[in-house]
Amino acid sequence: MTRFVLGRIGFYTLIAVLLAFFTVPLLWLVTAPFTSDPTYEVRVPDFTWDNFAALLEHPYALPSLWNSVVLSAGTAVLVVIFAALAAYALSRVRLPGRDALLYALLLLSSIITGTAAMVPLFQLAVELNLIDSQFGLILILTGGLLPAAIFMLKDFMDSTPKSYEESARVFGASPLQIVRDVVVPLVRPGLATIAVWAVANVWGNFLMPYLLLSDVEKQPAAVITYTLYTEGGQANLSMLSTFGLLYSIPVVLMYLFVSKKYGFRFHGGIKR
Amino acid sequence: MAQATSPPETRPEDEAQAPRYSSDAAGLGKARAGAFAAPALLLIAVFLVFPALWVLYLGLTNYRLTGTAAAEPQFVGLDNLLDAVSNPTFWSSTWLTVQFVLGSAVIGQVGLGFAIAWLLRDRRGPLKRVVEGLVILAWILPSAIVSFLWVALLDRDGGTLNALLGLPGFAWLLDHPMLSIIVFNTWRGTAFSMMLYGAALGNVPPSHLESARLAGASGWQQLRDVVFPHIRGHILTNLLLISLWTFNDFSPFLLTAGGPDGKSEVLAVHVYKVALQSGELGYGAAVSTIILLINLVVAVFYLRLLRSKK
Repeated sequence: MTRFVLGRIGFYTLIAVLLAFFTVPLLWLVTAPFTSDPTYEVRVPDFTWDNFAALLEHPYALPSLWNSVVLSAGTAVLVVIFAALAAYALSRVRLPGRDALLYALLLLSSIITGTAAMVPLFQLAVELNLIDSQFGLILILTGGLLPAAIFMLKDFMDSTPKSYEESARVFGASPLQIVRDVVVPLVRPGLATIAVWAVANVWGNFLMPYLLLSDVEKQPAAVITYTLYTEGGQANLSMLSTFGLLYSIPVVLMYLFVSKKYGFRFHGGIKR
Repeated sequence: MAQATSPPETRPEDEAQAPRYSSDAAGLGKARAGAFAAPALLLIAVFLVFPALWVLYLGLTNYRLTGTAAAEPQFVGLDNLLDAVSNPTFWSSTWLTVQFVLGSAVIGQVGLGFAIAWLLRDRRGPLKRVVEGLVILAWILPSAIVSFLWVALLDRDGGTLNALLGLPGFAWLLDHPMLSIIVFNTWRGTAFSMMLYGAALGNVPPSHLESARLAGASGWQQLRDVVFPHIRGHILTNLLLISLWTFNDFSPFLLTAGGPDGKSEVLAVHVYKVALQSGELGYGAAVSTIILLINLVVAVFYLRLLRSKK
């Protein structure tokens, strides 16, 4: 009995520590936008809307959020469609050296999407006339996310039973119909996870848009955030916190929606 | 039918590389499998493989952002690589990166992620949803905002952490830059491991755990003898992904900008500094090549472990 009580106390203490660790850094984001003249200190807000009014007058702040929506939605759609098709093909058809290929691409993607490939990607974009093109940026971002997406989705595909596909085939369904009507419903939580992952990745990506979009009217929120804090050399905390909150809300809503509708988790996880 | 399902990008080369075996459940066949994979492979080839090869080439030149070497870069062979390995800054960056990966990825994210998944494994209801939601929130918020939140949290004068600990004026980012970015990255990335282990633990047959418990195994013994063997593949794949992602993570720059005095200049930040801030693109590309090689070694190490003792 004592052991049980101690166990309970230990469990809730750990949970409390965890909650504190993950909550405390977020406090500033929910208090500062509603405080007049915010500092780095977390204070009880005086519930002013002045910061939001000031942000509305900023010419690029709100449009940049729309640009972020376009970039993330476009990339997520391409990543999900192309990765699902490729992962399905790689999962169902045995290809010599398939696993080595997947790992090689995964390895490349983790390096090349970072700072290492900035220069070649910039040169490539210039050559292909993709500078200042949101569509070009979407293609580049898609290329960077695809290997990890295929890798994760292939695992979902591997663990779905193949008997459904066999029966669908007996009834004369074409491979594309099988993918659409049999495989996609089975791996829907996986597709949702990949979509959220892709959106969150692009939504927060600063380097690529900073490098490839020089037109301030096309720049997404990640780039605009940095113009808010270099103006006059000092960070404009009221603008920054308010913009930060608006910039964060869409991904939070998306997560809540997806986790309610599809369940936000890895079914079965990634084994290899 | 093959025509109708082929995306327009499909070219004969792709079909030539398609699989030899065609006996699969959905009757995909090699041509259609190739067609299915073609759009993804095309984008990967153009925007990933090509730039990577280009980095390898740039590393062999003296290409610079400005000056004469910008217009007509000269081929300098292995000079950049030799410069890098004789440069103490490069080695200190490498060592800091090792600390960063071990501290924030292997111990921080994987340890904490597994601990949360294990604590909440039999739970349903609001407590689980709140804990998981907060952890995932830290993962999906934009890095520009998150890094700013941590600058505010760790601020010397008004920062929440100093207020909570009663340490006014303690400069975390200056006095403990590595500790700061390690804890930051743990906070930032734990969600992925937590979700992966959450799913993996769901695959451990409850009957095995039950029999272990009946045989009198302690919590630790259950973990070691029943749980770990079952999720070994998950652990290694997770370690592989997390290590590579952390190795190439640029976000420490947003917190400390590599400083003070390069004390938190991990390799990703080092490349940015030499390539874009100093304009030595060739040398930066050579360092990128070395990063690529180190990542390859890390990946092969994990894959070996994964293969052995299946």
